[in-house]
Amino acid sequence: MPPRAGFEEQLKHIQDEVLLIGSLVEKTIHRSVQSLSDRNLELAQQVIADDDEIDVRQHELEEFCIDVIARQQPMAGDLRMIVTGLQVASELERIGDYAEGIAKISVRMGDQPPLKPLIDIPRMADISVNMLRRSLTALNARDDEIAREVWQDDDQVDQLNEQVFRELVTYMLQDPRNIERATLLMWVSHNLERVADRATNIAERVIYLSTGLIATEGQSWSDVGLDSDTDKNGGGSE
Amino acid sequence: MINLRVGDQAKDVANVDQRDGGAILATTHLSFWYAKFLAIEDVSIEMPDRKITAIIGPSGCGKSTFLRCFNRMNELIPGTRIEGDVMFRGTNVNDRSVDPVEIRRQVGMVFQKPNPFPKSIYDNVAYGPRVNRYQGSMDEIVETSLRRAALWDEVKDDLKKSGLALSGGQQQRLCIARALAVQPEVLLMDEPCSALDPIATTRIEDLMRELREDLSIVIVTHNMQQAARVSDRTAFFTLGEAGAGVLVEHDETQRIFTTPSDDRTEAYITGRFG
Repeated sequence: MPPRAGFEEQLKHIQDEVLLIGSLVEKTIHRSVQSLSDRNLELAQQVIADDDEIDVRQHELEEFCIDVIARQQPMAGDLRMIVTGLQVASELERIGDYAEGIAKISVRMGDQPPLKPLIDIPRMADISVNMLRRSLTALNARDDEIAREVWQDDDQVDQLNEQVFRELVTYMLQDPRNIERATLLMWVSHNLERVADRATNIAERVIYLSTGLIATEGQSWSDVGLDSDTDKNGGGSE
Repeated sequence: MINLRVGDQAKDVANVDQRDGGAILATTHLSFWYAKFLAIEDVSIEMPDRKITAIIGPSGCGKSTFLRCFNRMNELIPGTRIEGDVMFRGTNVNDRSVDPVEIRRQVGMVFQKPNPFPKSIYDNVAYGPRVNRYQGSMDEIVETSLRRAALWDEVKDDLKKSGLALSGGQQQRLCIARALAVQPEVLLMDEPCSALDPIATTRIEDLMRELREDLSIVIVTHNMQQAARVSDRTAFFTLGEAGAGVLVEHDETQRIFTTPSDDRTEAYITGRFG
């Protein structure tokens, strides 16, 4: 039997559970945006109900991680894996809440006619979910290169959010009766923008997992001690 | 530089202000043999002043041998041989002109098993100053040393009691007080807590952190959590291909225990060694 076989299994369980929660969260974002664009109230109610499972799994994983820390006193790569697992699960739980928030907006809109065809919002959802998926792929592979790429995609979502905001303000100015529906869509856009931020956070955790460096968005790679050809305009200190 | 020459009994009080926080102990290409057996091979390291440096590594990798190089304890064992330099404050401790007794005064040592003399608590602490013909108040140095070793309050009313009558943890603190009584600059600790229970261990660890204010500590420990808890820097030794102890890496303790550079360190501290 390899050394610490039981501990290895616990570490694998943490990683598997994070990836499972991640897949639930991916699905729930898609469904929440779909409920909004299809005006499908039943689907929206389902998304709201399904969030409980994500919350329960996150809490169970948190307890499991704390128990493993207490019993195994992990060090080095093991410690980084468990800390990363805790943090990523917490980010995923928050992303689940954003999906639930979008579903609630969908319910609130009820059978009001759509303000406009949704174009940018589904795009934001696609990019955000893609970022989330890649950040989880990076976690699975402990690949900080993939994580770096996720980091860079956040700008696209920020720009789309800005674009949606400006467009919706125009609708509001045109007709005050649009204000409520436009505001609700702004919240949706804001939630998706936060999803992308959280996916970026997950990417940062993966960078910590694989390098031990704690990085935050806005820092250049050279700021955190990593060189990258892809970040030449990142505002490095050199 | 401190004078370590034979016959020089100058106390280091005047030198305190000269401490610059740089390296107090260092080795360069240090190798050590027990007869033909190469125990440690080509170790180069610097250890900073007034910090706690932990030496960790598997059994038989030469940690204790390495520690004993700094106060020439190994030369008491017949047939040993040393190559490379062992420096204490810029002086090669193996230089012919250096008095080993003076080195051992300035670089004190605490062992795995508490080893008080079969004498009173007072005489245990006063032993070193008496041997060194200490001219000041003996009562004062005994009290100061026992206070620094966090033992005074427990023994002050019964200083005539035998040191051997104390508990294991108290005996170890008595040994630390005895080492402190000759005002060393460095304390070498070889598994000082391995015979102690967790509470006594905690007291020694607290004490180490207090002592670090004015002296440097090098501790060999099998207990990685202890190294992680108390030390500022950690050095990892292992057995090299030739069967001799080698230094794998040394770094800030925080870094060694979260992101070590070498896979061998990672394997050892995460319990996957071998």
